Amino acid sequence: MIGSYDALDALLDFQQALEAQLESDWLRGATTGTGAIPPINVFQQGDNLVAILELPGVAKNDLEIQAKDGSIRISGKKSINYPEGVSLHRRERRSGMFDRTLTVPMQINPDGIRAEFRDGVLALFIPRAESGKPRTIAIK
Amino acid sequence: MSAQELQVQEKREVQKKQESTVPARAFIPPTDIFETDDALTIVMEMAGVDKKDIEISVEDGILGVEGRLDFSKYEGMQPLYTEYNIGHFRRSFSLPSKIDQGKISAEMKDGVLTLVLPKAEEAKPRKIAVS
Repeated sequence: MIGSYDALDALLDFQQALEAQLESDWLRGATTGTGAIPPINVFQQGDNLVAILELPGVAKNDLEIQAKDGSIRISGKKSINYPEGVSLHRRERRSGMFDRTLTVPMQINPDGIRAEFRDGVLALFIPRAESGKPRTIAIK
Repeated sequence: MSAQELQVQEKREVQKKQESTVPARAFIPPTDIFETDDALTIVMEMAGVDKKDIEISVEDGILGVEGRLDFSKYEGMQPLYTEYNIGHFRRSFSLPSKIDQGKISAEMKDGVLTLVLPKAEEAKPRKIAVS
């Protein structure tokens, strides 16, 4: 939970909040879950969900997102190309194909999903379906 | 390149020698370094960092890179399920003396910082006079 905004502590509080939700129960019961690539963080923003993935160095053309009722598929490839004839000192970056499906354990509106890809971070804004929202029932 | 699967990389935290004034955790950006005849190139992954939030310094032959994450975009977001943590990035390298430190160039695109360090002209052998 992000508390009052004290700039010095706010990031640490946020990092601790993220750590508290590491592999939380949210996807338990669904077939999709931890271990698939790339790693995903899921947040709640108001009534909607936001799924965030880090894909540094992936070109927009190499990224494909598909959505259907209850699941979202993120696939593509990360290519690393260095000029010919270079001599490597160090190699830590990873490259390769990825294809991950995320099931969302709540009713979503797949037509309303908005994707933003900036600075190597993909953010998917997933609106909750109207049918999934709680309805107040009047007592007569 | 064969169609190999992308491997997950766990983020490595910076091992601090001194405590920093800001309590948040910083991470080490995965880095590739390669050399050509003209230059040494350092490629660092810092996802989510905008180029205005990068600081590159060269002091005493040590190249320091810091990428600060603007996490105000996360305001109002409550974590539900996480698989990785986020934070600022920091790393430094000691430069070989043959680099022309004044001509280092940097480019940031899609979360990847590419630093090109041109090699200095061959240092002429210095004669050391014995007085």
